[in-house]
Amino acid sequence: MKWIEADFSQNTSVVMATYQEFIQQNEERDGVRFSWNVWPSSRLEATRMVVPLACLFTPLKERPDLPPIQYEPVLCSRATCRAVLNPLCQVDYRAKLWACNFCFQRNQFSPSYSGISEVNQPAELLPQFSTIEYVVKRGTPAPLIFLYVVDTCLEEDDLQALKESLQMSLSLLPPNALVGLITFGRMVQVHELNCEGISKSYVFRGTKDLTAKQIQDMLGLTKPPAPVQGRAPQPQEHPGISSRFLQPVQKIDMNLTDLLGELQRDPWPVSQGKRPLRSSGVAISIAVGLLEGSFPNTGARIMLFTGGPPTQGPGMVVGDELKAPIRSWHDIEKDNARYLKKATKHYEALANRAAVNGQCIDIYACALDQTGLLELKCCCNLTGGYIVMGDSFNTSLFKQTFQRVFSKGLQGDFRMAFGATLEIKTTRELKIAGAIGTCVSLNSKGTSVSENELGVGGTCQWKICSLDPCTTLGIYFEVVNQHNAPIPQGGRGAIQFVTQYQHSSGQRRIRVTTVARNWADAQSQLQQIEAAFDQEASAVLMARLGVFRAESEEGPDVLRWLDRQLIRLCQKFGQFHKDDPDSFRLSETFSLYPQFMFHLRRSPFLQVFNNSPDESSYYRHHFMRQDLTQSLIMIQPILYSYSFYGPPEPVLLDSSSILPDRILLMDTFFQIVIYHGETIAQWRQAGYQDMQEYENFKQLLQAPLDDGQDILQTRFPMPRYVDTEHGRSQARFLLSKVNPSQTYNNLYAWGQESGAPILTDDVSLQVFMDHLKKLAVSSAS
Amino acid sequence: MAGHQLDGGQPPALPGAVSWSGLGPSSLGIVATSRDYDGTPSTWPLYCPSALPSPAHSHNSLAPMSNSTRPCPSLCKQQQSSAFRPIHHPYPPQPDAIKTPNTLCCSLHPGVGQENIHSGPEASGAQGPKVGSLEDSGDGINPDLIPNPVQAAEEDKMWWESQLFRTDLRGQVPPLTTTHFTVDDQGIASPRFVRCTTYAFPCSQEMAQLSHLPLAAIVKPLATLPEEEGPVHLVDHGEGGPIRCERCIASMCPLMQFLDNGHSFQCPFCDAVSRVPHHYFHPIDYSGKRADRPSRAELSRGSYEFLLSEGECKHNQGQSRVGFIFMIDVSYNAVRSGLLRLICAELKKAVQHLPREPGVEESAVRVGFITYDRVLHFYNVKESLIQPQMVVATDITDVTVPLLDGFLVNPKESSVLINSLLDKIPLLFADSLEGEVVFGPVIQAGLEALKTAECWGKLFLFHTSLPTTKAPGELRKHNDNRIISTNREQTLFQPQSSYYQTLAEQCVQQGCCVDLFLFPTQYVDVASLGLLTLRTGGDLYYYSNFRVDRDAEQFQFDFQRDVQKVIGFNAKMKVHTRKGIRVANYLGSLHMENTSEVKLAAVDSDKAVVVEFKHDGKLSEEVGVHIQFELLYHTVSGHRRLRVHNTSLNCSSKLIETFRSSQAETLLNYFAKTAYRAVLGQGAKRVQDQLVTHLTRMLASYRKHCAHSAPSRGQLVMPQFLKVLPLYLNCLRKSKVLLPGPGVSIDDRAYLRQLVMSMGIAETNVLFYPRLLPIQGLNGDQGLREVRCTARRLAPEGFYLLEDGLSLFLWIGMSVPAEWIQNVFGAPSFNAVDCGAGSLPVLDNPYSRQIRDVIHAVRKQRARFLKLIIVKQADSTEGQFRQLLVEDKSPSGGASYPDFLHHIHLSIQQSLR
Repeated sequence: MKWIEADFSQNTSVVMATYQEFIQQNEERDGVRFSWNVWPSSRLEATRMVVPLACLFTPLKERPDLPPIQYEPVLCSRATCRAVLNPLCQVDYRAKLWACNFCFQRNQFSPSYSGISEVNQPAELLPQFSTIEYVVKRGTPAPLIFLYVVDTCLEEDDLQALKESLQMSLSLLPPNALVGLITFGRMVQVHELNCEGISKSYVFRGTKDLTAKQIQDMLGLTKPPAPVQGRAPQPQEHPGISSRFLQPVQKIDMNLTDLLGELQRDPWPVSQGKRPLRSSGVAISIAVGLLEGSFPNTGARIMLFTGGPPTQGPGMVVGDELKAPIRSWHDIEKDNARYLKKATKHYEALANRAAVNGQCIDIYACALDQTGLLELKCCCNLTGGYIVMGDSFNTSLFKQTFQRVFSKGLQGDFRMAFGATLEIKTTRELKIAGAIGTCVSLNSKGTSVSENELGVGGTCQWKICSLDPCTTLGIYFEVVNQHNAPIPQGGRGAIQFVTQYQHSSGQRRIRVTTVARNWADAQSQLQQIEAAFDQEASAVLMARLGVFRAESEEGPDVLRWLDRQLIRLCQKFGQFHKDDPDSFRLSETFSLYPQFMFHLRRSPFLQVFNNSPDESSYYRHHFMRQDLTQSLIMIQPILYSYSFYGPPEPVLLDSSSILPDRILLMDTFFQIVIYHGETIAQWRQAGYQDMQEYENFKQLLQAPLDDGQDILQTRFPMPRYVDTEHGRSQARFLLSKVNPSQTYNNLYAWGQESGAPILTDDVSLQVFMDHLKKLAVSSAS
Repeated sequence: MAGHQLDGGQPPALPGAVSWSGLGPSSLGIVATSRDYDGTPSTWPLYCPSALPSPAHSHNSLAPMSNSTRPCPSLCKQQQSSAFRPIHHPYPPQPDAIKTPNTLCCSLHPGVGQENIHSGPEASGAQGPKVGSLEDSGDGINPDLIPNPVQAAEEDKMWWESQLFRTDLRGQVPPLTTTHFTVDDQGIASPRFVRCTTYAFPCSQEMAQLSHLPLAAIVKPLATLPEEEGPVHLVDHGEGGPIRCERCIASMCPLMQFLDNGHSFQCPFCDAVSRVPHHYFHPIDYSGKRADRPSRAELSRGSYEFLLSEGECKHNQGQSRVGFIFMIDVSYNAVRSGLLRLICAELKKAVQHLPREPGVEESAVRVGFITYDRVLHFYNVKESLIQPQMVVATDITDVTVPLLDGFLVNPKESSVLINSLLDKIPLLFADSLEGEVVFGPVIQAGLEALKTAECWGKLFLFHTSLPTTKAPGELRKHNDNRIISTNREQTLFQPQSSYYQTLAEQCVQQGCCVDLFLFPTQYVDVASLGLLTLRTGGDLYYYSNFRVDRDAEQFQFDFQRDVQKVIGFNAKMKVHTRKGIRVANYLGSLHMENTSEVKLAAVDSDKAVVVEFKHDGKLSEEVGVHIQFELLYHTVSGHRRLRVHNTSLNCSSKLIETFRSSQAETLLNYFAKTAYRAVLGQGAKRVQDQLVTHLTRMLASYRKHCAHSAPSRGQLVMPQFLKVLPLYLNCLRKSKVLLPGPGVSIDDRAYLRQLVMSMGIAETNVLFYPRLLPIQGLNGDQGLREVRCTARRLAPEGFYLLEDGLSLFLWIGMSVPAEWIQNVFGAPSFNAVDCGAGSLPVLDNPYSRQIRDVIHAVRKQRARFLKLIIVKQADSTEGQFRQLLVEDKSPSGGASYPDFLHHIHLSIQQSLR
């Protein structure tokens, strides 16, 4: 324990400050955090670094200061390169030439750049615009498309609440946004929105999977039938057809509000002992098919609102017999989940189709039991859609979260972008191993693609159907430079991220981020590399690798792999005498890393105990898309303490922090827990806060609530808010997260009165660290 | 001369019986034996003394005058008739020639036209003497004197006009359907419900076979009774249902014999003795009958209805269990012609006049709406909605109903939405270019809707074209005229796939009846589509080349009547017979589950079922034959009812009795249905031949076994009531179905075939022998007198109305005074009359008024609207009209009546030789 506290206290090293500033500056400017900020210059050494060369990249990092560049980027003329002109390029102003820093091709500037000179540089050449955004004028701006897919097998008040939320959402949409409505229960109904005087919908069976072609035929989206002979063919407007189901909000606002108002619960009777028949699988399939047919290659948001698992047709997750419960982790381990594989396959196929077309699928699942997120998750994971999980549509958790989907950014634009492709270009010493995040591969094999895959690999381009300013991908690289071909001193490796996307205004935009880092010889300059280690980014990047593995591997295997990586890292960078655990030391750039790993091992991302498959999917989904700060909170929750002894302060996530005279505020990203210590709780119960002379107590009570509220206001999805106190059942949320330094095993041995014992057999951080040291210094391994 | 008399409205002078004999061995004579009007088994062969009878005839020629109560007003006239001359056939026909009837079709009309007299084919000349040598003799059958239905109807009318028909006598032959009479139900079901081919069954199977007379009953279980006969009595036997025989479960009826002072009763069908339940006990009086007999319909009447408890019903609460679903074709064809608009307008009216049970304020029928082209559109008209909702069912390969509540609604509660919907449907599809329609899925949808709502009901389909779309039940063109008269002809009458059969069975299981209104402009395959209506007890309406401006009235009438008529759903029929005979077959709009269980998805007041009987033992003359027809059905309010018709027939060991007690019109109905069923299995030509063979055998049998004093060989002897049967069967033979003329489409034939299968006797009667009504000048209140259906009765100075129950022709003679034409048509001359109009102009003059009144009166008698077709003499449009002059040689080649009679006569002689 002392060792960690010591780490906390040392934070004023000059080098550290520089690097920290550098990292922070880079993150703010480019949205990039590398695991290593100085790169080992040979393949062999790079692999010995244990943590791969990788970065967390936030493509749409909010940059209000970016100038709008209203022209197209200048591309390298080499067909295999096509890198974008950037500040790192060598420019010959006299000859009007520029050299591509990735392939060294010399390119002539186009006539429009004739006025270029050292003093008159275009923005893309200025060093401060290592990230720059081009607004492309090609084509007509596409409107935003929202397709609501609504489950009607809900309880009456749930449906009512959902209807109200949906009606409210219409007012949040831009007037020209297109919106559509599909409802489902036993059957699936696609509502036509432009009918006057009669509401019209197309109904599909919920049990039959249909191809996109069939769906389009049935909805009349294909070409109208050849006119009967003897009749003049009437001119048909193509948009007229496709927009039967998707109409501008401004036009059908009233209509749709009425339509939503008249939505009834699924009328089919559900007999005793049965689940309602819910055709979610077909509903999504139709939504995807509809958009494929009417708006090919246009970004769109399919928003699925469901109150239970799919119970029939393709993609069913559980049968309609209540006596057969929905699969649990136990069933899955025993290979006892009979619908799992088939359903997953169905949704994966749909997700891939949607992804190809640039649509994203959101799932808003509100039910007390599982809703099949395990099977459905790929719809969101592959397309960048959101998963929101709640108990009921009639909760503020759902209502506010849903509202926040339509929140606007600093410049008044929706915080969402569609149909993005991310392309990465690297200098020749680097290859791309893969990406982990809400993306799908576009299978673009270039020279810069590594054969070793980490995450979604084998490509240098990915499709990200939905992006928001937080969406972050983990991108993994491989150093391919051979040991015997040293890079000249001062050589830099460069990476260019080219993100083309549909902005919420409908514009096509291209954001280009070009970053470069120094190479260092790991044998002679290991210190430099060590000092440039970003342990936070590394922890998140390793966690993403672990979670990615956990999707396909057994939980214990993943933990073992993580442990091995950690031990190897400690062996590589720790300072110790062989077989002397006490001598083990880590430099400050690594000091927090083992602790992150400890909490990661306990996190719901890798531990499925106590979580349903749905919950695990939900947690993992959010972990895979959030940026570094949020991801770290997820790995190691933040604990704040409020007491009379000083201002609020962060405290260790440890059972020793749980004291009777403290109020604790824990933020785990998914939950905000306010915990009142025993004494505080008693005071509160006694009603001191209502007495004038105890105004300060009232303020103390209020402080964490206000801070919690602040988090609630900004977080997406809105966290579960728990207000509890010592001895209450909901205190478990806190107790399960803290490091169990005091358990019933060692409570008396410890001999201290502070802290709260945790009833667990889990190892504490102390024990974990002891073992780690022992293993790291062991000569055996 | 006789012809002139007839045209002048004078009835021909033929009384009940005719003897018409020739001198030579081959001369044609007709002897019809009369029936017993007073029921006494007296011999009533009334022979005409002037007809040069054989001595055997003359001795009792006047006998009936003395022992009959029947007046014989025109006997004298007939005796004086100078036209009544024997016909000589100089040469007996050669046997070879007889076998091929065509060669014998020599017409015997003297002096009508040369074309009527023709000789046999040259080929026959080589085989022997010429057949058709009547020309030489200058003699021939006078067609005016051969038996005809007009005359038969007049006689019958004259006899029954003022009388009450009391049904207390076993084996009593009822009046003809053409006669207006009143029935007094005295324990035997009214002939309006049940008619039999003969009222005296032969005692044994051998005799029955010998007679060749079919034994069958034609039952119209829900027939409408005239006001004065009152409604069918309702009987409630309480919780346990009707009292039944313990062995054969026949229901309580007047024929049950009470024994043991009323403590037990004996079943007249199986002779078993059952106990009378305590609550039903009543002592018997001196005559062995229960004293409470008059107050109990089931003991005193032939027809009555049991109220059944609702126990077996699907719902216990009194909610409605009948749904009417209106399904409208909204494809381009329907929209363009304005049909859709018309249908929607009519639907608005129809939903306000749904059938209801007598005494109930509001109809319990719920209604639903579907429109369709290539896909199906369901409509939600739940009363709580702001506006109707349209739900499009896209998957036509496997239809489900997307709506649960709000589809079948109470028309009153949802009237606002229904009206708004029906206003909007024509607008919604006004721009439709959809040329293709489905059919099978539409029915399936309706069926599913009824199933999910747990209803019985009726589907009204308004359909325009052949369903060629790829979907269940798709049809292709199957109207190849080349296969007519080949051995594949029967396939034209069969559905194209087994899909329709299966679908029909599903409908029957659900108690779902299908009514089809077809508005085709070309081939729609009535044979396939119509199967559904036939099997489910629905009605088929076929309006080819429908024009809204011209034919709207016809559709309006048909549709409104179809919606409103009395109907029962999910019915089962059971027939109890006296031991010794059993039911051999059922024929009509029904579905046979197995050989004994008959299911009718729906049965209405127009539907008649043929029940064929067969001996399986001996019958006794004393006891007779008792038959009980039970129909278990559900009313439009969902109540269960058991309608019972009892009939009681004589039994005779003498064939003559059997023949005497049969009626030609009943037999026509039977033969028409059996023949039309037979075309499903064999070519029409063979069916025609079989009809002739059957008739020949029947008459030969009569001649052989019943003519008491052997008539001379040249005489054609026929039972009195069957004397017009040859004519009827000739008409049947010449009907469109069996002998298609030029311009008759396969759909027309299939349509007629289907119609006839469920027709009652009165309808078949007029269909095969149309009514020809002359209108000459102002007749005043005299009424119209029907004349025989032949061109010889048409005078060019007059108007004639001709109706066959389906259409109404107004024939205009060439020499009609221009004044009339002006008054009736508003046209200056004969040539200026527009034949295309579907109605007469409303003009304020007595001529116009009279003729319109007549048309109105004629139409009122028929269940279907008679479409008016105006025909001018010698106009190109006259062909269709000529086709209906059934006594003449038809344009399609059917033999004229006299020719046919001659042929039959020869055949009989041949077979007796």
